[in-house]
Amino acid sequence: MMHTLFAESFATLGRLDNVTLVMVFHPQYLESFLKTQHYLLQMDGPLPLHYRHYIGIMAAARHQCSYLVNLHVNDFLHVGGDPKWLNGLENAPQKLQNLGELNKMLAHRPWLITKEHIEQLLKTEENSWSLAELIHAVVLLTHYHSLASFTFGCGISPEIDCEGGHTFRPPSVSNYCICDMTNGYHGVDDIHASPTTTESVCEVEALMEKMKQLQECRDEEEASQEEMATRFEREKRESMFVCSSEDEESAPTRDVSRHFEDTSYGYKDFSRHGMHVPTFRAQDYSWEDHGYSLVNRLYPDVGQLLDEKFHIAYNLTYNTMAMHKDVDTSMLRRAIWNYIHCMFGIRYDDYDYGEINQLLDRSFKVYIKTVVCTPEKTTKRMYDSFWRQFEHSEKGQTTLSPLPLLTTPSAPQVHVNLLLVEARMQAELLYALRAITRYMT
Amino acid sequence: MPPAVPPGSEPASRRGVPASRPAMEKMSRSGAALGGAALSGRTMFCHLDAPANAISVCRDAAQVVVAGRNIFKIYGIEEEQFVEKLNLRVGRKPSLNFSCADVVWHQMDENLLATAATNGVVVTWNLGKPSRNKQDQLFTEHKRTVNKVCFHPTEVYMLLSGSQDGYMKCFDLRKKDSVSTFSGQSESVRDVQFSIRDYFTFAATFENGNVQLWDIRRPDRYERMFTAHNGPVFCCDWHPEDRGWLATGGRDKMVKVWDMNTTRAKEIYCVQTIASVARVKWRPECKHHIATCSMMVDHNIYVWDVRRPFIPSAMFEEHKDVTTGIVWRHLHDPYFLLSGSKDSTLYQHIFKDASQPIDRANPEGLCYSLYGDLAFAAKESLISSDSNRKPYIGDRRHPIFFKRKLDPTEQFEYISSSSALSVFETDVESGSMDWFVHTAKQYALAGRPLAELCDHNAKVAKGLDRNQVAQTWTMLRIIYSSLGTVSSANLNHSMGKGSAALPLMNSFNLKDIPSGLGSESRLDRSKGESRTENILLDSSSTLINNEDNEETEGSDVPADYLLGDVEADEDDLYMMDHENPHAEEQEYSLPQEAFPLRHEIVDNPSALDHLQDKADSPHVSGNEAETVSLTPVESFSLISISHSLYENRLPSDFFNPIVRDTLLFYAEQGDVQTAVSVLIVLGDRIRKEIDEQTQEHWYTSYIDLLQRFQLWNISNEVIKLSTCRAINCLNQASTTLHINCSNCKRPMSNRGWICDRCRQCASMCAVCHHVVKGLFVWCQGCSHGGHLQHIMKWLETSSHCPAGCGHLCEYT
Repeated sequence: MMHTLFAESFATLGRLDNVTLVMVFHPQYLESFLKTQHYLLQMDGPLPLHYRHYIGIMAAARHQCSYLVNLHVNDFLHVGGDPKWLNGLENAPQKLQNLGELNKMLAHRPWLITKEHIEQLLKTEENSWSLAELIHAVVLLTHYHSLASFTFGCGISPEIDCEGGHTFRPPSVSNYCICDMTNGYHGVDDIHASPTTTESVCEVEALMEKMKQLQECRDEEEASQEEMATRFEREKRESMFVCSSEDEESAPTRDVSRHFEDTSYGYKDFSRHGMHVPTFRAQDYSWEDHGYSLVNRLYPDVGQLLDEKFHIAYNLTYNTMAMHKDVDTSMLRRAIWNYIHCMFGIRYDDYDYGEINQLLDRSFKVYIKTVVCTPEKTTKRMYDSFWRQFEHSEKGQTTLSPLPLLTTPSAPQVHVNLLLVEARMQAELLYALRAITRYMT
Repeated sequence: MPPAVPPGSEPASRRGVPASRPAMEKMSRSGAALGGAALSGRTMFCHLDAPANAISVCRDAAQVVVAGRNIFKIYGIEEEQFVEKLNLRVGRKPSLNFSCADVVWHQMDENLLATAATNGVVVTWNLGKPSRNKQDQLFTEHKRTVNKVCFHPTEVYMLLSGSQDGYMKCFDLRKKDSVSTFSGQSESVRDVQFSIRDYFTFAATFENGNVQLWDIRRPDRYERMFTAHNGPVFCCDWHPEDRGWLATGGRDKMVKVWDMNTTRAKEIYCVQTIASVARVKWRPECKHHIATCSMMVDHNIYVWDVRRPFIPSAMFEEHKDVTTGIVWRHLHDPYFLLSGSKDSTLYQHIFKDASQPIDRANPEGLCYSLYGDLAFAAKESLISSDSNRKPYIGDRRHPIFFKRKLDPTEQFEYISSSSALSVFETDVESGSMDWFVHTAKQYALAGRPLAELCDHNAKVAKGLDRNQVAQTWTMLRIIYSSLGTVSSANLNHSMGKGSAALPLMNSFNLKDIPSGLGSESRLDRSKGESRTENILLDSSSTLINNEDNEETEGSDVPADYLLGDVEADEDDLYMMDHENPHAEEQEYSLPQEAFPLRHEIVDNPSALDHLQDKADSPHVSGNEAETVSLTPVESFSLISISHSLYENRLPSDFFNPIVRDTLLFYAEQGDVQTAVSVLIVLGDRIRKEIDEQTQEHWYTSYIDLLQRFQLWNISNEVIKLSTCRAINCLNQASTTLHINCSNCKRPMSNRGWICDRCRQCASMCAVCHHVVKGLFVWCQGCSHGGHLQHIMKWLETSSHCPAGCGHLCEYT
């Protein structure tokens, strides 16, 4: 499976990029991921090839993800893009410049997107977008925003042949892990033969106990509706305080900053600045019922591909937790998924947001929040601090690598990141698609 | 939109029967079914305060309940309007229990309602309660949103629910908990429906596309399961009369009708709609009619006759946002439909006010054939009156709509029954389109200075006795190349510096001979010898067209193609060096000719650009001195420009309006060929004079014509040369060619030469046994093949397949 995937990926991309190498921990997902990405970038679609890569660059640059930017600068030039465009968005055609605003909002405050924004892009004039093109662009933007999250979340280092492949250190977790992996596949070995500390065993057990309790008490004690509503609000509110203490501005690397103006525009929690944004009810606009139909209508097959990808990411489980087999991890997965959507203001009526508090501890929340909202600020410390807890939780093959300094992303780590990435992508998509739907009606 | 005013005002006579399609016996029958209390009313609506998610009617058809996230009200349906009867959403801070995903009114007990809440609670309501809060029972067993609730059609206390968590639960309203739980073992349940006739059976539809049939007594496993749709099945509905029929609607935009009487569920009808199907409801008293509404994008409600799946028999277009709930007002009345929508309105639709797309459908068809024949199809009734008509080839009649025997139980006759086709043939002489083909092939559109192009094209037109067109070209030359001639001479000067310019000119002159066939055969002799002998006529002619093109038009496309061919197959070349010296020689003679050509052509456009710059700049600046300073080019050209300026004293766009009118005239005449050719040749000089849309229209018409004559190369040429964005991207779409592996016959996904499944290189050359990565030709009979050159070479000497399979291959 792995080899076929590698071969396939190599054949289509002409390289085996580090993202693929990391994702291969979950080959089933990787397959779907590659298929989608291939379709978005290379197959029939409304946008010309160089536009697609440029949009990828724009999106990745929003998060200062030099890894993805470099990768796509190469591809962009390869498909015949005009090198002048790379000097900054203002050198690109007006049409792409118009997309800048949407890019910015999607990346940081998707809830602000309204049908007026869509109208602006679609209104007939020389540089206008067609609906199909816009959908393509939106899917690409969200894809690369979330991929940037993944890149930072897993600490993916630049490709060896790219600028900075050896020396440049992105402000991400670790840039050595991949070289390690590619050299000797430590990561894979570690998973099986790793020691477990007694302390971690306790933690796993504690978490499992909690899950069991939740399962049981859910039937007995029924929180009042107001209680449920306040729990969501509380979680939403809290999610904005869950902030990395290290809020220092990391200067964007020279290479990347050209691609986007307005560096100051970042993720803003909605209630903080007195903005009151109505909660997005998941039941009123869901991916399965609405988003899918819209995407598939305007950009055939992509809805199907995305649907599959979301599905695989959400349902990915090996039913194990550390050394415990046959554990139903759906609760934990759902908590993570809903927590991310909660950060974007998307509320599920049928979910008790109190569960999140019980299952996800603070350091993990910090990690999630950082990776999802401001991936460029992910630090190794954050990563480690949550990891101490987490690697023992989901399926917790403890990965104490032989060299103490080298953090090799393990399967569950990647797993969590996949969840984050897909949840984020869906959240962004939902906001964008809802705006488009409103525009259309 | 305001509701339509009811025609006439005598309510007794209306009885909901559409005046246009009366069915007298039906009227009495439905009247009887309603127990004498026939429905009446008009198309009407009322504003709700909030978007509706679902609606349901009371058994007596006098009240309707509307439920949504922020609304839960009962409306009385009166003659002229909806009247709010009751607001069930009480309390200061309504809880999520009031946020309804679905609502259903019991058909036995008119005081009993059930709702499915988005937070997973199933609530029953008793309207008989004296207090303001009518909430009766609360079932909090589902963990996720409940998508659907359904009462048993004959049993008072039995309620069924289906939820996002994948479970269906059956409740006995006399007990506090569910009686039984059914686990679908697949994903979320989207809909549950009790069978109307089978007491114990219910159907459930799932998000993964499955439909399951359950026996209410056996919660352990389903009776039957089948995959109905690709993607979620949003809804289902049992046929009210025919016990075996189940209609399902899914995200894949289909409505399917299943016959469940057989052991395997059989799809008997399928209607393709334009958006995902949110609800389906069989129309009462009409066996084949079904109403649908969609989840997204499309706001209309359609009533389909399932036997006629391409056009809805009726359509209600009142809503401005998606329709979320539809319900027939009465179990036995087919004329009243109620609907709730996200646009916060509740409508009553009357059938006679429905728009009938079939009325707007055009039962006449008209089409020109390639050679000017005209086919005309229309309703028989229209045509039969014309007695002069000669039947077409033994009176072949092509029915557009199938004629059906009228079913006496159907109220509605089919509008059109059958139609006749007539064909008008033009006589061969006048309809001949040879001139079109010849012109298309011989016109030069780019790659040379304007004057030459015009001259050439004029000559072509003259050669075909089209003097007016020839005259036009000549005039164009005079108009636009008073500048151009000088500049082109200038061009020649500059090109003269390059050593290869002379051969280039030669090759053009050579191909200027306008006899189509003659030049072809000469081409044959000069290069295609070995090819044409082995290749059947058909392809050889296209092949030669191709080359013909390349030469006459001097563009770099075909050169590219030849070059690409050679470059891509490096190993080819390599091998030919050893095994095939003869072929190599021949092959080389081609590229050698192509190489200098290509180099020159790289120059040409830029030279043209210069030319245009020069042509433009004088009238932009309007000042000669400025021109000099602005365009620091060779002094040569500057002088010549100023000369021409003094000579003409006319700005270069002086004639543009006339030229535009000329083009419009030709296009109007149907000679879009001339219009497009001129447009391409003149390029920027005239482009701005004609609006984009017209240009696009011309291009598409011309391209369409070219393709009908199978002049693929020329049409591609035109696409490439066009300046319209919409046209330009025509040849960039669908450039994928899907192929199957020759070993395992499965589709090959990524690469053309290696199969993922059988891990073999699929496209091996049968002659040299190497992998073919470039042009691969294979026999459609035995699917063996290989490098184009190798196969051609092989077939010179043998007629059998090179792979030794014994097949007598024909490579066409």
